[in-house]
Amino acid sequence: MTTSRRSFIKISSFGAAGVALFGTAFKSIGQSLTENNLLATSARNLKRTATYCEVCFWKCAAWAYTDEDDNIKQLIGNETDPHCYGRLCPRGTGGVGMYADKDRLKTPLIRVKNVGSEDTFREASWEEALTLVASKMQGIKDNYGAESMALLKHGSPGSHLEHLFKAYGSDTIAEPAYAQCRGPRETGFGLTFGSWVGSPEPTDIRDTKCLVLIGAHIGENMHNSQVQEMSEAIDNGATIITVDPRFSTAASKSKHWLAIKPSTDLALLLSWMHVLIYEDIYNKEYVKQYGYGFDELKEHVKDFTPEWAYGITTIKPEEIRKTARAMAASAPSTIVHPGRHVTWYGDDSQRGRAVAMLNGLLGSWGNRGGFYFKEKIKVPKYPHPPYPHPKWGWKEIGEKYPFAEMGITNEVINASIPGENDKYPIKGWFVAGTNLVSTVPQREIIEKAMEAVEFIVVMDTMPMEITGYADVVLPECTYLERYDGIRSATNREPSIALRMPAAKPKYNSKPAWWMSKQIGEKLGLGDYFAYDDFKDVISWQLEKMGTSLEEMEKIGVKMFERKSGSMFLEKGQPYEFPTNTGKIEFYSPELADQGFDPMPVYTSHDHPEQGFYRLNYGRSPMHTFSRTINNPNLSDLMDENKLWVNPKVARVEGLKNNQEVWLENQDGIISTFSIKVRVTERIRWDSVYMYHGFGHNNKKLSRAFGKGMSDTELITKVTVDPLMGGTGMRGNFVKFRTENPHKEAIV
Amino acid sequence: MRYAMVIDTLKCVGCSDCVVACQTENNVPVGYCRDWVTETVTGAYPTVDLELKSERCNHCDNAPCVRTCPTGASHIVEGGVVLVTEDECIGCGACIESCPYDARFQHPDGYVDKCTFCYHRLEKGQLPACVSVCPTKCMYFGDLDDPKSEVSQLLKTRTQKVLAPESGTKPNVYYLT
Repeated sequence: MTTSRRSFIKISSFGAAGVALFGTAFKSIGQSLTENNLLATSARNLKRTATYCEVCFWKCAAWAYTDEDDNIKQLIGNETDPHCYGRLCPRGTGGVGMYADKDRLKTPLIRVKNVGSEDTFREASWEEALTLVASKMQGIKDNYGAESMALLKHGSPGSHLEHLFKAYGSDTIAEPAYAQCRGPRETGFGLTFGSWVGSPEPTDIRDTKCLVLIGAHIGENMHNSQVQEMSEAIDNGATIITVDPRFSTAASKSKHWLAIKPSTDLALLLSWMHVLIYEDIYNKEYVKQYGYGFDELKEHVKDFTPEWAYGITTIKPEEIRKTARAMAASAPSTIVHPGRHVTWYGDDSQRGRAVAMLNGLLGSWGNRGGFYFKEKIKVPKYPHPPYPHPKWGWKEIGEKYPFAEMGITNEVINASIPGENDKYPIKGWFVAGTNLVSTVPQREIIEKAMEAVEFIVVMDTMPMEITGYADVVLPECTYLERYDGIRSATNREPSIALRMPAAKPKYNSKPAWWMSKQIGEKLGLGDYFAYDDFKDVISWQLEKMGTSLEEMEKIGVKMFERKSGSMFLEKGQPYEFPTNTGKIEFYSPELADQGFDPMPVYTSHDHPEQGFYRLNYGRSPMHTFSRTINNPNLSDLMDENKLWVNPKVARVEGLKNNQEVWLENQDGIISTFSIKVRVTERIRWDSVYMYHGFGHNNKKLSRAFGKGMSDTELITKVTVDPLMGGTGMRGNFVKFRTENPHKEAIV
Repeated sequence: MRYAMVIDTLKCVGCSDCVVACQTENNVPVGYCRDWVTETVTGAYPTVDLELKSERCNHCDNAPCVRTCPTGASHIVEGGVVLVTEDECIGCGACIESCPYDARFQHPDGYVDKCTFCYHRLEKGQLPACVSVCPTKCMYFGDLDDPKSEVSQLLKTRTQKVLAPESGTKPNVYYLT
């Protein structure tokens, strides 16, 4: 515990007498300091182990430092890694707290039905818990077919379970990261350039001359390499343009901040296209060579003048022109960022397409300072028998949405309620690494679905709210205590990263690969898990990739040479985009064929009535949604969210800084907990804002319980994207309640 | 040798990675911190300005904490780094009261604690933990006596400020604006 302090005492106790002694030593430091190559390890004598982070989806490679007592003390970024360049973000650095958290799930739990009183959990052995899970899964398979068992997942544990599910015969798999987050932009970009944006986004921010953020807040989202590259872009004098109703951190770094009226972004995008085309400042050569349907687009945006957009967006026409010209002046080294969480208003795929088309007009896709052609290296499949062919799966469940390319979590939830989608009846859930009640809106529907399904098993490291609904809870060890799949990253150059255990699993927790294998064997699927330890799988794969576990243990990250050609297009280079027409589709024949708008159309969305404010939510740099709120290191930085309120609104509503308020939404749903008001000029007068992920309602989360407010519970109205099924969540309006509305209930 | 830290407020996003890195590097107990991030908002919507910056002990040339310390526990060492000798500290708190930056705190073990510029790392030729981890690279550290050092160069070319200049402490943490 006190090794650091002991060395501290040793140094300081030399005091003034030590000056000369240290004087010489420090000279050499001075020299190396100027070289600025000193990202280095701790003063302590610690063992280092290769890992990659699981505190968020960026998956930065790191070194975990462990002391003699097998305690993980520090996490430091791997310098070779293109996700973090040796520098983790606060959550990555604070990943030690995920490991050390005393509130972790400690042993398997099984629900007990008590006659005349509430259900409780009892502790169980792994054998008993996994046998129960396997028998329930077998029962669902026998009675309804394996397809009726759904996997709802996020992150690394999900991939082990996906293998189990496919072997078992179910492709009923979904993750909220799609239809509650980035799905629409993938559809929008896919329909325009023929390829997904993917993660990490292939944005060449470090070499950009102009970065446009529309509802993207780099710096508050700590998408590590992007934050680092944005900082480099600032150093290089890049023009940053931020469109946000809130004065975000990125807005404060921007030359232009467009304080847009919420829900009108598409009007601005169309107007920008209008300016580029009608001022004749779009990238003509690029559009001519690679574009399809430009003339249709030109006609389409004819009337979308900045004056037209002004009336909708409240952004002055000259600002719209000025920013469009700034983008054109830097083109093709201009990035209109695709954003990440883009499920806002239900027309999100079309907005994503407008963003993609704008990039097309600027010529940024495939050009330096714009988007690079990413590349990854394939990790060979560890041999296993072929998967059986399910009769239906995520695709059929989401068949109403022709452009969905992944499972739609909300549709899987709907199909779990008898009478909603009986064609594809879902009878059991396996939930892994996702706290559905904080991720998916419309809690009433989720609760109805959970009431209806016959069996729910939840795998997590923490007692998140979702565990409270489970029949069986499986405690997963943290990423710092396990082997996991090789991280193969799409980046400028392909790279792989290794995750190996830095310490033994605490308590009675186990890795997801182990649980999947155990359940698989109990289901008679042992052939799919032909290894004793997942380490063997990784070792086999690494050998096939021309490296080895031994090498990877030493280096953590390995870079490979590109094989797909240049990252950027040469001037005039013939190139076929992977779309239907082989071109960048400004006009989409595919959308037209399916009866959708072939080019994005602005439609007006609801605005709050008097006394109500639009509920906006976003990221805090210290937290990853709801999963980190209880982390001791990170809750120490921020343990509650606050409600951002414009001073004018505060005056009208009689609100003061730090006053506790409850919120009631348009459907009469009242927040469980209160939130403290933060009066700030950083927010518009028609909206309020809070960080997402707070307001936990499980007392087992001792630091997070009752701290701040859950935005998700107030999101009861969603507008579903007709293209891919995403849930638009930014159309919820709230009013303030200054008296505790739950008081009577408590008394 | 005159150590200084230079922090570019134009790049800082206020993520507080510096705070966590310091806590894990220096075993700072949860609930305490040697560095912290401040946010200053000026103007009125939509003409707003925001300054985020990481703050800590300013390792002042004219350090009031050293002058007020009755036991000599607070002292200045080579490079101008202000340190506290734990076993000489009686926890009287005079230094805490005298510091215009509110940089010191009572450690639960009974002595006064604060930023050391990661003196133990400097000794090994490493940067302070906060500087080494910062994702925006907005923090610089080096020797002001060396005119070629990055910190000297930055202070020569960029507009800057120090905190509480009126207190006459001659601080060694600079902010680029």
